[in-house]
Amino acid sequence: MAENTFMLEIVTPEQILFKDEVQFLVAPAVEGELGVLRNHAPLVAALKIGVLRYKDAQNKEQKIAMSGGFMEVVDNTARVLAETAEHGYEIDVLRAKAAAERARRRLTQRDENINYSRAQLAMQRAIARLRAAGTDIDV
Amino acid sequence: MAGAGVREYKRRIRSVKNMQQITKAMKMVAAAKLRRAQESAEASRPYTETLQGTLARLAAVAFDVRHPLLETREEIRRVGYVVITGDRGLCGAFNTNIIRAAMTAMDEDERKTENGVIAVGQRGRDFFRKRGLVDAEFVNLGDRISYADAREIGNYVMNAYENEEVDEVYIVYGRFINVLRQVPTITKILPLEPPQQEETEEHLVDYIYEPSAEDILLTLLPRYIGSQIYHAMLESKASELGARMTAMSNATQNAGEIIDTLTLEMNKVRQAAITDEILDIVGGAEALNKGGK
Repeated sequence: MAENTFMLEIVTPEQILFKDEVQFLVAPAVEGELGVLRNHAPLVAALKIGVLRYKDAQNKEQKIAMSGGFMEVVDNTARVLAETAEHGYEIDVLRAKAAAERARRRLTQRDENINYSRAQLAMQRAIARLRAAGTDIDV
Repeated sequence: MAGAGVREYKRRIRSVKNMQQITKAMKMVAAAKLRRAQESAEASRPYTETLQGTLARLAAVAFDVRHPLLETREEIRRVGYVVITGDRGLCGAFNTNIIRAAMTAMDEDERKTENGVIAVGQRGRDFFRKRGLVDAEFVNLGDRISYADAREIGNYVMNAYENEEVDEVYIVYGRFINVLRQVPTITKILPLEPPQQEETEEHLVDYIYEPSAEDILLTLLPRYIGSQIYHAMLESKASELGARMTAMSNATQNAGEIIDTLTLEMNKVRQAAITDEILDIVGGAEALNKGGK
């Protein structure tokens, strides 16, 4: 392991999305973004829907959209458990935009059949995906 | 006419052969899908194990945390069973075994509670619907189990529990041992009992909890239920496919045996016909000879 890197693992129920050395990572913790560098103290943090950023060993910044979960840091390994996670470069921007638009419409309607907290979560997820894909959000 | 007998045998052999081809194809399809199901089960392990480990550690730290999903109710009036069967048959006794395990559990429960079934898979749904026990159904989910489906079932179950539609929830599924053996298994999922911490040196690590051990524990509970259901669904799917593989393999073998028997009988009939004809000819020739004298 290089001198300033640590392991990052992003694990979902269906797969290990990412497992590699990184230099730096910023996770969307419940109470604000949380940065991790090598030799971080042991930590368990709850994460919310949002974008996780990291700087890989080649000094490139990458983004991952994730629906909430938690992160555990111990012995220079950060393990992120999320129910869903996607690499920013794999995100289908058109689909994410459509999802954001759909959620926005539902939120602005007045209808007893709409589950507002669910629509809100859908909105947050769509925004996180758009941000991870590096698209401006104007919905 | 002897020839007609042979033709009849040929027709029957052909139809058994057709059937054999189908069972053989189904066996191979099941084998391929089984491999995929096992891969999915393998791929889900890191998530499940980390979640369990963290939950155990959190539960040890935040032992006095309170949450509806953790409370054992004093009075158990109605029990929910999440019964995971296949959507289709042709898999030996797999579906029957799962359904029977659920029925036995209901019958043997001495508290004589009311029961409700959350049916996952058509076979179980059809069976329990006839008995008017189905609270909810999740069918036609396909052979590729998705976590999103598991989570949806989990949400339904947690909702029903919190609304006191059920006071306890069990999950009934087929645990996959190997292609020949699948064990119907019943596990209690609600009220939730956090996994016990294993005795390791991990105790010594002093974690920072952000925001707090209690809060993280609470956010993990629904995810833990989701992962348990996902795990049970994967196991049950692997079991179903394993059972189907075995059933179809047996069927292919049986068809082979039937073809052998039929072929043997057909040859006997043909031989008999030939012998008859020879006898006729010989008899005729002899009659001619006698007549010639």
